[in-house]
Parts: sequence; C-alpha cells; structure tokens
Amino acid sequence: MKLHIQYFALLKDQRGLSEETIDTDATDPEEVYQLLKAANGFTLPIAALKVAVNEDFADWSTQLNDGDTLVFIPPVAGG
Amino acid sequence: MSFKISDQPIQSDLLRQEVLDDTAGGFVSFEGWVRNFNEGQTVNGLEYSAYVPLAEKEGSRIIEEAKERFDIAAAACVHRVGTLEISDMAVWVGVSSAHRGAAFEASRYIIDEVKDRVPIWKREHYVNGATTWVKCASDTKVEDPEGR
Repeated sequence: MKLHIQYFALLKDQRGLSEETIDTDATDPEEVYQLLKAANGFTLPIAALKVAVNEDFADWSTQLNDGDTLVFIPPVAGG
Repeated sequence: MSFKISDQPIQSDLLRQEVLDDTAGGFVSFEGWVRNFNEGQTVNGLEYSAYVPLAEKEGSRIIEEAKERFDIAAAACVHRVGTLEISDMAVWVGVSSAHRGAAFEASRYIIDEVKDRVPIWKREHYVNGATTWVKCASDTKVEDPEGR
C-alpha cells in the first residue's frame, strides 16, 4: 500500500523532507508512525501527536487505504 | 471563509469591515503580537508554519462554534505564517454583536480554541542563535498509560 506523508515543524526538520510517498504493510496511522519514528529517530511520542488522514483529524486506529495522505501533527503553538 | 491563514501582513482595518453588521452595537478585536521574551529567553524573531487545509477547516469550525455558543452577529480570524519580527501581528480576531458581553466572550473563546486546536507551529529564534519549535522540545512530558 502506498501512502503519502507530509511533515511539518519538528517532524519536517527531523525527517529532512516536507513530504514523501512510502510503500508499507502498516494498516493504521499508529503503525505507520512507529515505523517512521524508528527509522528516522523522531523524538515526539505518539501521545504528543494528533494525526490527520486526507485533510481531517482521524483516530490512530483508522484503517488506511492505498493512496491516503497522512499528516502527523506535533503539539500546536498558534496565537 | 471566516478563518484564514495568511502569508502576508495582517491588515486589521480591512478585516474589521468583514464583521460590520447592521444589527451590531459593539465590536471586540484581539491582536496577538510577537513579544521579545518567552520562558526566560530573549526572542528576536520567529516563524509560523501551518498545515493550511486543515488549519482553515478547523479554524472555520471554531468560528461556527462561537456563533452557536454566543449571541453574536459576525466573527472572523486570520493567522499569519512566515517569518515575523518583534511587534508584528501574528493573529487577529474580530467579533461584532448586538451587545458587548457576547463579543468579549466569543473573541476569548475563538483565540483560546485557535491556540489549542489549529495546526499552526511556532519556531522561536533567540538572541544566542538557538531556535526551537515551541511545545515540541524532546523532553516534552506526556502522560501515556500505554507508554507509547
């Protein structure tokens, strides 16, 4: 399954990319993040993040489909 | 759209016109500015970035919630992204209403929810040359019973 990942803020710095397409057997956002965290040394734990699938907030256990776009959302600091 | 992300300086005098309403007898605005200190460090500039499609979607939800919760005529909010200097305007909230109380309460609700929910991030630049993504420090303490 191919997934599009977009990175922002600290995750963008730690990945060194603003987006990429990955081919994975992971079936939900939690699995995807754990794989990417291990591969890239992300420092933020899942509990600090939210996740968006296809431009809206989603649960970590959402079943993913081929071609979905994921964004892992670090702690926000607007205002 | 009543909530926007902008990469250009915020023009509050123009935004004020967006909430003009014949039924309104009062108007409250809030401006968030870049200040020169945070948590004991001297700040000399910062940058905001946003996940724009979701930021505008979630921000618009907040505006709609404010209209449902408070007896207001109109509300709008703009948040800046990009590189900002001290005293630049980072965010503008404007609310008009028939009576003043609802406008004060709704503007407070909007800025509080925007800070808490909208995917916008802030990187501060300090006078010693260091930078940090606010709230993203690697020593962030998070309670997670599953230990993830």
